[in-house]
Amino acid sequence: MSNQVINFFKFSSPQAFYPLAGKMVPWFAALAAILGITALYIGFFIAPTDAQQGEGYRIIFVHVGVSWMSMLIYVVMAMWAAIGLGFNTRLSNMMASALAPTGAMFAFLSLCTGALWGKPMWGTWWVWDARLTSELILFFLYIGFIALQSAIDDPRRADKAGAVLAIVGVINVPIIYFSVQWWNTLHQGSSVSLTKSPSMAATMLLGMLLMALCFWMYSIAVALKRLRVIILERERHTAWVAALPEVKS
Amino acid sequence: MNQPMTQIASATPSVFSALGSVIRRDILLAARRKSDVLTTLFFFVIVVTLFPLGIGPEMSVLRNIAPGVLWVAALLATMLSLNRLFAADYADGTLEQMAISSVPLGVLVAGKVIAHWLLSGLPLALLAPILGLQFDLAPQQLWVLAIALAIGTPVLSLVGAVGAALTLGVRGGGVLVSLLVLPLYIPVLIFGAGAVEADLTGLGASAHLSLLAAFLAVTAFFGPWATTVALRISLE
Repeated sequence: MSNQVINFFKFSSPQAFYPLAGKMVPWFAALAAILGITALYIGFFIAPTDAQQGEGYRIIFVHVGVSWMSMLIYVVMAMWAAIGLGFNTRLSNMMASALAPTGAMFAFLSLCTGALWGKPMWGTWWVWDARLTSELILFFLYIGFIALQSAIDDPRRADKAGAVLAIVGVINVPIIYFSVQWWNTLHQGSSVSLTKSPSMAATMLLGMLLMALCFWMYSIAVALKRLRVIILERERHTAWVAALPEVKS
Repeated sequence: MNQPMTQIASATPSVFSALGSVIRRDILLAARRKSDVLTTLFFFVIVVTLFPLGIGPEMSVLRNIAPGVLWVAALLATMLSLNRLFAADYADGTLEQMAISSVPLGVLVAGKVIAHWLLSGLPLALLAPILGLQFDLAPQQLWVLAIALAIGTPVLSLVGAVGAALTLGVRGGGVLVSLLVLPLYIPVLIFGAGAVEADLTGLGASAHLSLLAAFLAVTAFFGPWATTVALRISLE
């Protein structure tokens, strides 16, 4: 048992994690591709047409997963940042930096797909509703995090300053989630609930969950890939990086 | 036995006297250079005045946009004054002396934030009702506006201090701090302006004011602590 624990902690060193991440990236990328194709097939060909919204509702398969990921990644990012700040582990901070651009992309996509869905359904691209606004704020928070880290030249200080900002900003994520209950507005209540049975067809739910899993796998693959690049950049002065075959050639 | 104890006590000032002296020092410094404080206030007045010029003088429209305009202007004015909070002390090394003093840094930070609010937030809250008159707000809404600003602006100072501490000595710090801090100000803006709007529509402002006070309680607890962590990172 103790042997296993030691094995886990071994990978908190960038040197040990770099090859492991390299091995993991193709697997997660392949899973993302398979899940994505399956989910798109279900979404476009198997899921029935919605009684009220017609074919336009099909953007839900992308929109919901993307919105979930944009919030989840912020929490995961803040978690890694907090671990990095608390235990002073370099790899955790690198992980937080690696996640930020993916999270920002998902938040942006969530806003875009939401606008594309809103136009045919509500007749407008944008509604100043609490959930949309919170998603926009989340996007701003990601941009602030990336801007702060890129403005500070010393990587150690950049990591720590970003970590404080991420932890302060993570307070915003529950506000997003509970905003539906807080402010009653145009936005429809969430259709997936843990306490009530879902109000949509099972195939729709399956497609949506598969798509969310696909985004999950994609995020892990991309974050690990970016993490490898960050490790190379920060550790470029070390002997083990110089000895890597891809660096030598 | 008793003698050395009192000596130690006199060597390290009590938390409250340290807090008081930091507040007094910052206010005294601002009084010696009045232009810093007054510039922020006039910025607030000018921004608020620009809106009727841009939108038109119809009183019915102005009355509806007044809460939002005044609050956005207060947000921007507070943000501009954030630079004043730590930059001068950071430049001349006072901040490092504060960090290594025997009094907890969090207390000194709290003192600086309180002084910042007294110099930027409180004048805004006092000035806002006069500007609200230009927007044809009724006396009761002017009261709500002033109370909402009095509860909300300390939150702006407390949250802004974290951003100011994080961007100390960073290139492009002034623009960066707006990017970091303004998104975090949005809940205060929503409920602050919402308080006046709720009173305009006859709903009563107490719910909004209670939420603002809740924000104040939470940020008063966590704000100085987060600012201290951020300052120690910047001072490394």
